[in-house]
Amino acid sequence: MIRIVKLNKSFNGKPVLQNISVTFEPGKTNLIIGRSGSGKTVLLKSIVGLHEIDSGEIWYENTLFNKLDFIGKKRIRSEMGMLFQGSALFDSLTVEQNVMFPLDMFSDKTPDEKLERVNFCLNRVDIHDANALFPSELSGGMKKRVAIARAIALNPKYLFCDEPNSGLDPITAILIDALIKELTEEYSMTTIINTHDMNSVMEIGEKIVFISEGVKCWEGNKNEILNSDCDSLNDFVFANSLAKKLRASNK
Amino acid sequence: MQTGFKNQFNRNTINISNFGMPNYRRMIKFLTQFGRYFLLLKKVFSKPEKPSLYFKQTFRELVYLGVNSIGIIAIISFFMGAVITLQTAYNTENPIYPKYLIGLGCRDSIILEFSSTVAALILAGKVGSNIASEIGTMRVTEQIDAMEIMGVNSASYLILPKIVATILFNPILTLIGIIVGIFGGWIAGTLSGVITSENFIYGIQYAFIPYYIVYSLIKTLFFAFIITSISAFQGYYVDGGSLEVGQASTKAVVFSSVVILLFNVILTQLLLS
Ligand SMILES: Nc1ncnc2c1ncn2[C@@H]1O[C@H](COP(=O)(O)OP(=O)(O)OP(=O)(O)O)[C@@H](O)[C@H]1O
Ligand SMILES: [Mg+2]
Repeated sequence: MIRIVKLNKSFNGKPVLQNISVTFEPGKTNLIIGRSGSGKTVLLKSIVGLHEIDSGEIWYENTLFNKLDFIGKKRIRSEMGMLFQGSALFDSLTVEQNVMFPLDMFSDKTPDEKLERVNFCLNRVDIHDANALFPSELSGGMKKRVAIARAIALNPKYLFCDEPNSGLDPITAILIDALIKELTEEYSMTTIINTHDMNSVMEIGEKIVFISEGVKCWEGNKNEILNSDCDSLNDFVFANSLAKKLRASNK
Repeated sequence: MQTGFKNQFNRNTINISNFGMPNYRRMIKFLTQFGRYFLLLKKVFSKPEKPSLYFKQTFRELVYLGVNSIGIIAIISFFMGAVITLQTAYNTENPIYPKYLIGLGCRDSIILEFSSTVAALILAGKVGSNIASEIGTMRVTEQIDAMEIMGVNSASYLILPKIVATILFNPILTLIGIIVGIFGGWIAGTLSGVITSENFIYGIQYAFIPYYIVYSLIKTLFFAFIITSISAFQGYYVDGGSLEVGQASTKAVVFSSVVILLFNVILTQLLLS
């Protein structure tokens, strides 16, 4: 469980996140949604400690994460996996070495056991016969999947995904969403996903937090989202014509 | 197109505001950078989490940054040795100068200045820009964030092997530069007929001071550290995109060159006075 209390974050005096309080539960896919520039990435990076926050509290279970020193953070980070907006695979390493990297760094397994684990993770994300390829030789969707494999290599307790399906075709996007949801349930991880894709919201939105201009406006699940009375959320949800038609036909 | 245009615009506005920036503000900016550089070094020199992985990295960097620089150092040393010999010869045509002085001049210029300082400036261009753009690209594509999130000390993992590799290998480059440079002088001198082989060889042995080589190697160690650490610093703190990565690699070359020249003066005063 990850609990955030009254988080504030600004860049050079310009507030980007204001007074955000929210709880993310394990075994569920938690979604942070909002328009481009609303502060989703900054929120996710603040939660994992890549951004220093101005004020507020970030709790991982019963540990106050944002007050820990490097060593303390490192302990919690060994239980985190993260998928970045641009995949962030290591260019100079092959697919196999990329997934192996966290194992090399932090596990005491033998080389054979590590390789087995790597292949297990790659299979899990449906990547086959690509062990020796470099990231530049992969398609965007494959990169995302390899990045997911790397993120789950150490069996994390917490999984963070920044726009896991942006730039992918609708079918691949849904496959990736489904994969993340499956993994979340299988390992009972606390998963937080940033997205502005309404398809994902309707597919896997077990808990949804809507952020607009750095403020949390709404929180609920995918069934409640169509009937909210928050104006900016309705603008967001019913932005495309398909959704508008759906709403009209429902009324 | 759009962003390119915007960046162009931003760059202009930054230049204009820099122009009017009061001196104390610039001073504070400089001191901040200075402090950040030393904080980064502190992170770099903290205890490695997996020494075996660091060994592997260091070996890789020895090849990338060291072995791959042998070619350029050899070519440039050869031609510099040749040119120094010819210039010394044409400037000392007066018969009161003994001929062997040409060999001696070639030897001392190569050992004292060329093999360390000039070679370091060339390496700042080759190795420095390479380091800054590699690390800078890793920063803007979030690869460094990905390492940090795993709990890896990215500064140490990425930079320490490079520093160790260049400090180990650049002295070898210096020795190669000395040998090839003097060889180039001998070839140019004898082929052009400005000096006989015997005179040249007598000259390079005449009044030889072995300490000059030590002096040159000590300078090389400092320069290796300067090039690697300054370039890595420029790359590690890139903020933005590919445009900024390019700027960082230019800055890496300029700053490390200036610091090399500054330390050249300081070290010469300390070591030769
Ligand atoms: N390093 C930074 N320095 C200054 N401002 C920043 C920085 N990072 C983000 N911002 C600002 O914070 C705001 C939110 O950015 P953020 O990246 O969180 O948006 P986002 O919701 O992730 O958008 P998108 O969906 O396009 O990825 C933006 O206005 C951005 O300009
Ligand atoms: Mg984002």
